[in-house]
Amino acid sequence: MDVLAFLVIVAVIVAIATVLSAPLRNRKVDARDARGDRLDELEARKQAKYGEIRDAEMDFKTGKLSQADHTLLDRQLRAEAMEILRAIDREG
Amino acid sequence: MAIVGRALLILALVVAVYGIFASIFGARRNRPDWVVSGRRAVYTVAALATAAFAILEVAFLTSDFSYATVASHSSTTTPLFYRAAAAWSSQEGSLMLWLWLLSMWSSLVLFLTRKQLRIVAPYATAVLLGFAAFFGSLLVFFNTPFGVLSQPPAEGVGLNPLLRHPSMMIHPPMLYSGYTLFAVPFAFAIGALITRQVGAADWIRSTRRFALGAWFFLGIGILLGARWSYTELGWGGYWAWDPVENASLLPWLTGTAFIHSIMIQEKRGMLKIWNVSLVLATGILAILGTFLVRSGILDSIHAFGGSTLGVPFVTLIAVMIAGSIGLVVWRREALRSENRLDSLLSREAVFLANNLVLVAMAFVVFWGTFWPLIAEALTGDRRSLAAPWFDRYTVPLALVLVLLSGIGPVIAWRKATASNARRNFLAPAALAIVLGLGLAAAGVASRPLALIMFVVGAFVIVSVGQEFWRGIAVRRALTGEWPPAALVSLVARNRRRYGGYLVHVGMALLFIGVAASTAFNDRHEVSLSAGQSAKVGDYSFKYLRATSSISKSKDGSLEKITLGSVMSVSRGRKVVATLRPTRGYYPTDDPTLGPVSRYFDGNATSEVGLKAGLRRDLWAAMTPDLDALQPQIDRGDQVFGATAGKLTPMVEAQLLGVALRGLAAGYLKNPPPATFLLITSPLVTWIWLGAIVVFLGGLIAMWPGDRDAVRRRVKARYAARVAQDLGRVPRGAQTVAATGSVAPDAGS
Repeated sequence: MDVLAFLVIVAVIVAIATVLSAPLRNRKVDARDARGDRLDELEARKQAKYGEIRDAEMDFKTGKLSQADHTLLDRQLRAEAMEILRAIDREG
Repeated sequence: MAIVGRALLILALVVAVYGIFASIFGARRNRPDWVVSGRRAVYTVAALATAAFAILEVAFLTSDFSYATVASHSSTTTPLFYRAAAAWSSQEGSLMLWLWLLSMWSSLVLFLTRKQLRIVAPYATAVLLGFAAFFGSLLVFFNTPFGVLSQPPAEGVGLNPLLRHPSMMIHPPMLYSGYTLFAVPFAFAIGALITRQVGAADWIRSTRRFALGAWFFLGIGILLGARWSYTELGWGGYWAWDPVENASLLPWLTGTAFIHSIMIQEKRGMLKIWNVSLVLATGILAILGTFLVRSGILDSIHAFGGSTLGVPFVTLIAVMIAGSIGLVVWRREALRSENRLDSLLSREAVFLANNLVLVAMAFVVFWGTFWPLIAEALTGDRRSLAAPWFDRYTVPLALVLVLLSGIGPVIAWRKATASNARRNFLAPAALAIVLGLGLAAAGVASRPLALIMFVVGAFVIVSVGQEFWRGIAVRRALTGEWPPAALVSLVARNRRRYGGYLVHVGMALLFIGVAASTAFNDRHEVSLSAGQSAKVGDYSFKYLRATSSISKSKDGSLEKITLGSVMSVSRGRKVVATLRPTRGYYPTDDPTLGPVSRYFDGNATSEVGLKAGLRRDLWAAMTPDLDALQPQIDRGDQVFGATAGKLTPMVEAQLLGVALRGLAAGYLKNPPPATFLLITSPLVTWIWLGAIVVFLGGLIAMWPGDRDAVRRRVKARYAARVAQDLGRVPRGAQTVAATGSVAPDAGS
């Protein structure tokens, strides 16, 4: 093995050790709690529910749902969305 | 640099193993510092794999034959463009590409989710690093790309001539991007199962774009392979149900099912077991696809590997299958559906039917592909299933699939009424039936399956067109935009929906092309001498004259000798095309052959003569009769045999050039007969155009949303809420506050 190759490999090993051990040496990492995860999950559920409401509205406007069906469905979906918003507020 | 490359791979393996333990330890002990260190291990593996891959690429580009893999897969006569791609024509190079792509995609997903998925991500990290460790260990212990030769040859063997095609430069990276991207949802599904988060919406939302990306890249890879087959292999087809083709199709089919059914889970909390099973099966099939190409266990024109990796791959696949089944059974309680199907007349029901058809297709393809192994195990006799067997089952399934892709877009979520369905289906169904009657009157009824495909394809195109039309009308009524602007804003507001619709149109075009070109092609294999003609359908192909050429590389050495022909194609009295099919002969390094024979007993490839059109392709491939040239070839070998050892290599190369030029000139002067495969095939171009539409739709569907716009809206909503509590509304938040409605997410 030539000297240059040896030095390159040693330098790479030192760099790897530095990069991997940095979070262990400096414990100030982003220690998010379980609440943050629940909020992320609720946010994802909220976005999915909003998507459903938008889809239902588009389905109605493009003639795939009748007025009566849409009114019923929209009311139900908005009630579900409000439940999610309440849960977000409870977490917040 | 080979030793540095090898050291980088060993370090990548060590870091991957460390990262697995750091991630799991961090997750189990609730130590975010270890989790972060594990995530950094992924970035580090990506950096090391990038550096190692760069070293290998430099060796190929500079024709460094001290590397065994370069000597056996490249040469100085291989054009630079193909030298760059030659790295992944070798087994070790393709494994290197797999590791590199996996580490890059893994880094991307973990970077994007670094502030979320705190519970699932560490386990997903461990799974992704598990794959990296597996491929790293193959590269370190089984097939290193950095093996060196003690006595490097002056010239390499060269790239397999069949692979010297532009598609082949892009095809493997696309396939492998698809395979490695499918590892991402697989890993997160495993993480979600371990942590009981499988019903959660956020891991699905965070990884769905990767599943779509996998589907997109794998699809491009499959289509490029089909295009290569059509223009390079000289048999006139684009799909042969070859085991390696099938291996790439399997995860694409289950992946397509997954990206449809996951929408039902997102919206309704249903089909959790089905979805997680699909994503796990897709991940396993992606590994199986890699294994099939590289193991050589099934006979295939595309398989370029030996069988040295059989045991490690089978072990990995067994672990993945057993682990997946075990986890699904273990977490079956958490996988219960939150809702039930409201109606059979709903988009959910259509998606479910589409899933069943796709999985049935995957099962047929799997069974047909592995039948030789199954038959051998049962009877001791290895028997393959040919294209007609696959067609018998996949054609009816494809018809149902295309039909469903037209029904889905015009039916509502949750529950559609019969009157709405009638209203939405009337125009598409009526137009498709009118088209079908017209085509039947024109004689297409002689191929009933093709006729049905044309009808259902037309139904899809009209039903999706109707959806766009109505959507544009809604936008115009709301905003007063002119139609093109309304179309753009319609698609921009719901890229996933309208991108998906465009994919359906593309698939309909593609299947129409497949049906037409399969059912109505005319082909004729015939031996022609210069001046003779052959009739194929309504067209007359005339062999006008022979052509020949010798290709040299930049350093002056001979790359190949090409013998070809010029053909005119006429319909009635009108000449409609001039085709130039050729056959290229590349030398072999077999020392038992004479210097001239080496060019004709080595690898040969066809360059087809092709006139592609929207209505019909005219296609020709030729194989010259080498028996007529044999006396000249033998004479050349004898001359070189008599002077063996008396000439310097340079003089011998010059004389060989003279001999081959003489042979090529003789071929021009007195061309022997050649065997021609002549094909006229309708609507083949629709396949490639359909594919472009499919991938355009896929690109629209997975294009990232405007996160800044969402953030701005969220900020404005909070500002409005604060203002409301304080009794006044700030100017910037007035609109949001006034609407009182849920703010749409442009990118969803």
